[in-house]
Amino acid sequence: MAGEVSGMTDISGAMITAPVAAADWLVIAPVVVPLVFGALLLMFRHEMRWHGIVAMIGLAILVGVDAALLKRVLAEGPLAMTMGRWLPPFGISFTADALGAVFALTAGVVALICAVFSFRDIGVSGRRYGFYPFLMLMMAGVSGAFLTGDIFNLYVWFEVFVIASFGLLILGSEKAQIDGATKYAILNLVGTTLFLIATAYLYGTFGTLNMADIARKADGLRGTGPLMTLATLYLLAFGMKAAAFPVNFWLPASYHTPRIVIAALFGALLTKIGVYALLRTLVMLFPVERGILAETIGWVAAATMILGVLGALAQADTRRAFGFLVISSVGVMLAGLALGSETGLSGTIFYAVHSMLTMGALYMLAGMMREFGGSFSLHELGGLYRLSPLLTAIAFLLVLAAAGLPPASGLWPKILLVKAALEASAWWLAGAILLTGFLTTIAMGRIFLLAFWRDAPAVDGRHVTAAATGSRSLGQGVLIAFAVPILLIGIVPEPVIRIAAQAAHGLLESAPYIQAVFPAGGG
Amino acid sequence: MRTLIFRTAAPYLSSLMLLFSVFVLLRGHNEPGGGFIGGLIAVSAFAILGIAHGVPAVRRAMYFHPMAVSGFGLLLSALSGLLSFVYEVPFLTGIWTSVHLLGMEVDFSTVMFFDIGVYLVVVGSITSIALALEEREDN
Amino acid sequence: MEPVFAALVGLFFAVGIYLMLSKHVVRILLGVVIFGNAVNLLIFTAGRILREVAAIIPEGADTPVGPISNPLPQALILTAIVISFSFFAFLLVLAYRAYQEIGTDDTDGMRVAEPAGEPLPPIGY
Repeated sequence: MAGEVSGMTDISGAMITAPVAAADWLVIAPVVVPLVFGALLLMFRHEMRWHGIVAMIGLAILVGVDAALLKRVLAEGPLAMTMGRWLPPFGISFTADALGAVFALTAGVVALICAVFSFRDIGVSGRRYGFYPFLMLMMAGVSGAFLTGDIFNLYVWFEVFVIASFGLLILGSEKAQIDGATKYAILNLVGTTLFLIATAYLYGTFGTLNMADIARKADGLRGTGPLMTLATLYLLAFGMKAAAFPVNFWLPASYHTPRIVIAALFGALLTKIGVYALLRTLVMLFPVERGILAETIGWVAAATMILGVLGALAQADTRRAFGFLVISSVGVMLAGLALGSETGLSGTIFYAVHSMLTMGALYMLAGMMREFGGSFSLHELGGLYRLSPLLTAIAFLLVLAAAGLPPASGLWPKILLVKAALEASAWWLAGAILLTGFLTTIAMGRIFLLAFWRDAPAVDGRHVTAAATGSRSLGQGVLIAFAVPILLIGIVPEPVIRIAAQAAHGLLESAPYIQAVFPAGGG
Repeated sequence: MRTLIFRTAAPYLSSLMLLFSVFVLLRGHNEPGGGFIGGLIAVSAFAILGIAHGVPAVRRAMYFHPMAVSGFGLLLSALSGLLSFVYEVPFLTGIWTSVHLLGMEVDFSTVMFFDIGVYLVVVGSITSIALALEEREDN
Repeated sequence: MEPVFAALVGLFFAVGIYLMLSKHVVRILLGVVIFGNAVNLLIFTAGRILREVAAIIPEGADTPVGPISNPLPQALILTAIVISFSFFAFLLVLAYRAYQEIGTDDTDGMRVAEPAGEPLPPIGY
């Protein structure tokens, strides 16, 4: 198969000779499925009636393979496949462990729910512009980033989803969108370039880009290589992607400008990829360096979460307030990274799952509030309780979820994080998490009070009338689809805690991950 | 820019460049060249035609919408990787076969189809950006 | 060779960052391009610069004859160039659109998404 000359040369030293079982394709399927569907949608860009349905089918398959992958990874440990039959570390490995699989599954679920919402939110012009192809390509990038086992390949997937997100961000070409997109694009480009700088130094130091290979070689290079520089550069680059405080300004500049469903997707997914990359590099590849940086990360985390929620308190526009809450939630996740213990990391992973669902739901709530109340501004919203008790009930659940109060899903990861902080006697970090929860309650509670309980305010002597653009029952149904898992996880948290603990354990004990990529121990 | 000389020469120049881009694409099989660089040459061909005869002429000449071309390229690349599934080898493994065609031995491989896919992706996406910029120049 | 390249990379970074500190989008974009090229050279230097032949296996052989240069940094740079090229093409279109729509390329004047002097949310009702 490898040409006529292969008879003379023993290729087993360079190539994988064992056949690959069909089940191993699960590792690559979450990338290939959205890629193929995105390509099909791009090809038939004029058949816009079918776009939504085809994208839904693609995302449903994506969720299916993500779920199957997670099930298999939880049962059998990390799963690897190296492209093109080359032996790792020469071929590009895709490696799925519990961390990547659980992030990919949650992202797939959020994207599927968003695709349902897009039926009412994305009109003919948005479809002609290519909303669904961009959505599928972005999901290919997101899944690729979660599942790749090669650090340069991670860079490539970052770029794939960032370029797709540009396309989504300027869908509609309004002034504010172009303004926000300019800042988003330039700052993200600087962020990914920093990532590339770090990767160049890493390659110069290690001579390999395979993450499993880096993890096993790091100990030997600790005395001579500039690993501290690498870890710090990755912290800066991925901190920028995750919108951690001092490098978070691109997020509030842009996240409120696109269509609601796109803002929901971005708020749910993009910052979490930064958090994932931080976990992967700092905890698995450079654990010792993470320990030295722990205090810095801790202060960054505290500043991010508190300044984020203070920003939310100062906003009159619901979408902008939620944008600041996204930043605040990233701060909470970074707290677990700073602690670095298994409890802290599982708190971070659990919080990321919770945050993907909650932030997506919050943006859609903002969209539905505008649907009923006619505005995004807290000055003009009001009386929504009378208009829709169902929306009010969902909004109340989301207030509890964002603030980390029972019975919603935000409570348990915060308990894990506070417990881990107290175990590490980092009382100030525990205090910051609790203070953030308190301030979030105020910020969300005020939005709830003003928009739902207050009577509709008269603006310029008239009541703002609702602008109906789509089916309201579909919008509320989508919000219920978000609310059910949030409530379920809040009431029965044990399965998620178990998965998060397994993912955190897999990060701290990288031996099974390395074993999956290098079964023979060679390479 | 639209002088008589340029307008007369542009179609010939563009078709020559397109031919050359295919040559570079196929040469990339074993020697320097390949889909990306070939695609860029093809894009420059379309861009020159656009400067000389206007964007509508290029869109007519391409027949398919540039984004549809790049979608097809992406699909072709993905499918040439997926063929490995049948042969029980990892994704994107090169699979080779040779066919007797008109008395010649012609090698076909998934690598080549992958490269053609890359070529089409580059042609489609960069052409659509270039045409968007040229349309603004026209207005 | 490496010290020369290191100095050149440093110079590129300095120029790129200096341009990116400008208020004007066009200069920022030029800075971004130079910044990206600095990174490409950095990868090239990090992959070690040797006086060896290119990694092409001669006809009829299965393995390269003698030592060859490392082809991977060049593959990485090619990927990075492709990505930064498409990024830059997109950013050019975007900056041009922004200039048309907003009427300025001064970032101080680009306050459409975040208008100055927005009212604070209501204190009570």
